[in-house]
Amino acid sequence: MFTFCSDPSTLPDWQWMACYLTTGSHMALYRSVLVVLLLLALAAPLALGMGFLGALAVRAQSRLVRLPGLAYVSMVRGVPDIIFFLFVPLAIDQGVEYARHRLLCPDWPDPVRQGNDFIVCPAAKMPLATDPAWVHDVWGFSLALFAFALVFGAFAANTLNGAMAAVPRAQLETGEAYGMTRAQTFRRILLPQMWVYALPGLSNLWMILTKATPLLFLLGIQDVVFWARELGGQKTGHYAYAHPDWRVWYFLGVLVFYLGLTWISQKVFDRLMARLNHGQATAGGEALRKAAA
Amino acid sequence: MKNLALTAAVLALTASGALAQQVIRMGTEGAYPPYNYLNESNELVGFEIDLGNALCARANLTCEWVQNDWDSIIPNLVAGNYDTIMAGMNATPARAEVIAFSEAYKLPDPSGYMALAGTDPAVMESGVIAAQSNTVQASMVAETSATLIEFPTADETIAAVRNGTADAVLADHDFLVTYVTESNGELAFLATVPTAGDGVSIGLRQSDEALRATFNAAIESMKADGSLNALLRQWFGETVPVFE
Repeated sequence: MFTFCSDPSTLPDWQWMACYLTTGSHMALYRSVLVVLLLLALAAPLALGMGFLGALAVRAQSRLVRLPGLAYVSMVRGVPDIIFFLFVPLAIDQGVEYARHRLLCPDWPDPVRQGNDFIVCPAAKMPLATDPAWVHDVWGFSLALFAFALVFGAFAANTLNGAMAAVPRAQLETGEAYGMTRAQTFRRILLPQMWVYALPGLSNLWMILTKATPLLFLLGIQDVVFWARELGGQKTGHYAYAHPDWRVWYFLGVLVFYLGLTWISQKVFDRLMARLNHGQATAGGEALRKAAA
Repeated sequence: MKNLALTAAVLALTASGALAQQVIRMGTEGAYPPYNYLNESNELVGFEIDLGNALCARANLTCEWVQNDWDSIIPNLVAGNYDTIMAGMNATPARAEVIAFSEAYKLPDPSGYMALAGTDPAVMESGVIAAQSNTVQASMVAETSATLIEFPTADETIAAVRNGTADAVLADHDFLVTYVTESNGELAFLATVPTAGDGVSIGLRQSDEALRATFNAAIESMKADGSLNALLRQWFGETVPVFE
């Protein structure tokens, strides 16, 4: 990074620190922060989408739609998150490879399962062994992202379903009195009003999602927790920048990062809540009216 | 002459198989200096990285390194995420039930008990001993009357000794020795015991017979011309046991 970094063993303290904090592996730590933020930025809308579909399914009149919806929402909520995070990526990875194997190598003579080994033909590998490392990273990240969306979608479905049920019946009756169809009532009256009931639950979910991102580390994705452990551990003379066990400082840094992230989120949710309460027949809306008067 | 015959064997193997075009993905832990570790530039380096690259060059394979946590390193090999393991792994009968091993590229490391200097050696039988989980040393401690505590990384076992969570750590001597020599007398070896297993080897899927033969031939040829011994001395010092 800096020109004076060529020989770390001879540097004075502050220059050593400046060089140390800008090594390639520290840059990877800083990039991993972006990975966490990217995961959040993608997982939150995906989970909300899954939740919305789940809530619609649970409220559907047709049994054929309602039962799968109920099964999804109650099953995923009933299994420990960590089991899902271990199971879903593995199952999808092997499922996709098996499907591609059947499709791309119909003449393959060997069985896919040989003793302990799971072997598909080289063309069915996902990603291919010849793909560069970043493709493998993106694939691993996508699997993790899907697992997050699946788990948090089920919780969001439950929250949204509850919020839809909380919109006063009188509001919907007014719509019907105006001659709106079921779909119109849903779109024009239920949907805009349910958010105020959903937001506390959703903001809670967002916080839990934020705090669940270190699970990435479990899936072999090099997130902030991986790097904090890796860089914080004692470095012997095999490394150019030797230092004792500094994990406590690195973990403190990660702690501050997550605290900052949730603090900012809370501010945003507070503002959003104030907006949604505007003109609503809720205690929050009443408080806004009184403050304005 | 022997050397020439082996080189011919390696060439024959690579010419006959379709392996040459294939990319071999090589799994390693990347947290076990000097065997394999991530340096400050975020690159995998170490004895096994140098050796693996040399073996691939000899066998005319295209190889790519993959970093994987130690605890899941065997399941992910078996699941096909990568094709080999080179991570200071001893070939033991228990592991050989699940995966296959090449011939050893490093003679069985003795294991060392490392503790704070002045620790009573009785802790080896009655104290708390740290070891990395799923290692030979973890099973060795489990067979003694000492209490075993396991950690997912080797670095954490050292930290456990320093902060008093464990009385001693049992690990490969060649891994621990740097910590002892650089501790200015704070850490010391209590004892050195022989390690179970046939030596450090490449782990492969049991169904991957062809790849195993290729690597065996490459290891043989590096043993024959002395380049393996040179690598061992380069990374572990002059005292490391070498191949005859």
